[in-house]
Amino acid sequence: MASDTGASYGSTLRYKSVERIKAVGKHSLIGASGEFSDFQEILRYLDELTLSDHMWDDGNSLGPKEIHSYLTRVMYNRRNKFDPLWNSLVLGGVKKGPKGEEKYLGMVNMIGTHFEENHIATGFGNHLAIPILRAEWHEDMTFEEAVKLVEKCLLVLLYRDRSSINKFQIAKITTEGATIYPPYSLKTYWGFAHFENPAQGAVGSW
Amino acid sequence: MAGYMELPTKGGFDFGLCRRNESLAEKKGLKIPGFLKTGTTIVGLVFKDGVVLGADTRATEGPIVADKNCEKIHFMAPNIYCCGAGTAADTEAVTDMVSSQLQLHRYATGRESRVVTALSLLKSHLFKYQGHVSAALVLGGVDYTGPHLHTVYPHGSTDTLPFATMGSGSLAAMSVFESKYKEGLTREEGIDLVAQAISAGVFNDLGSGSNVDVCVITKGKTEYLRNHLLPNPRTYVSSKGYSFTKGQTEVLYTKITQLKPKVDVAEGGDAMEE
Repeated sequence: MASDTGASYGSTLRYKSVERIKAVGKHSLIGASGEFSDFQEILRYLDELTLSDHMWDDGNSLGPKEIHSYLTRVMYNRRNKFDPLWNSLVLGGVKKGPKGEEKYLGMVNMIGTHFEENHIATGFGNHLAIPILRAEWHEDMTFEEAVKLVEKCLLVLLYRDRSSINKFQIAKITTEGATIYPPYSLKTYWGFAHFENPAQGAVGSW
Repeated sequence: MAGYMELPTKGGFDFGLCRRNESLAEKKGLKIPGFLKTGTTIVGLVFKDGVVLGADTRATEGPIVADKNCEKIHFMAPNIYCCGAGTAADTEAVTDMVSSQLQLHRYATGRESRVVTALSLLKSHLFKYQGHVSAALVLGGVDYTGPHLHTVYPHGSTDTLPFATMGSGSLAAMSVFESKYKEGLTREEGIDLVAQAISAGVFNDLGSGSNVDVCVITKGKTEYLRNHLLPNPRTYVSSKGYSFTKGQTEVLYTKITQLKPKVDVAEGGDAMEE
């Protein structure tokens, strides 16, 4: 899972080092876009949930499917009360099940729409990243291949979404646990010959 | 009406009826008819020897596909072609108009048309109409000064770019270009990249669909590859064909009416006047 680390306030880039992906329990990662305060509230709900789950002390812990289901209920019920949590959430995780290691990736949005897919994006990513992911994702990619594909999408989003910034964080979840890597930047290329002198074909034009 | 002076027309739209339209809508509840927009993916890119333009072939009327295989790459000059997105009538009319103007200009100057000429004619026309002519165009061609690619927006602004996309599928196509474009592409690479970008629009945008048209313009030669890709073939057609034998449908009753005329034509009478 990858996100940029910017949070805007209208058209002002207010916060530049915001962590929008967090680990939940032992088996999941949650990433959010939209209203940041609502995301913080959701993290509080999830804290309470994982705490009471831990207090059962039954050797079982909530997996990504269960957390996704919980979030779907929360989001949908809030929408029905006309008081939504204004977020698009991405839920990913791995849990050892009866059939072996079960990988899970799904999303919920503010109106309660939820689904599971091999590739998820929020916001502008739906328009710019999903076409790339649909064409280039395949089963059994290595971690390096996956990072390269995700970086390809992040670069296009950096070029074409005005609210993105050049500071990204990647997070990984496996059966060993969650790892959230430190932020880094991507290299951009602006050296096309046609950018240099666009009016060279007609001097004095605009 | 003494003292009333006839003002000469200045061109552009006459907004004199706007107040009357507003009051009609308010008081009489008259519904003003809406515009029909086309969903589209159109792209262009500059490669080593020239320009490649691409377009999908779906024309929509709201939620319905009006034309499954329309032509969105319009002729401007033998060395200049233009893809159009927005209101179909506007793109057709404005490209036809500028194409005629370019032809007259070629007769007057005796030279091959330049892309910047087409660009200036388009942008000044669209600006005059203040965005009400809803035509978003990707204009490309090769002239004496080299290959050029421009985008023209409905309000009259233009951009000069190495690669461009317009229409509802422009984001899907742009994601392909931004990740895969490099300078100095060969002809095959250029056509392949354009086809990939249009396919991204066709499969990821609901307003674009059907087939992929490609147009390759190089110095002295233009190739219009109509339906270069047909990625949406008609499936589930019965291979045996359809045959309806007699007796397949039960006949309830038969009634035969003779279609002979029941009017007697009188011989003679006045001959028809020449």
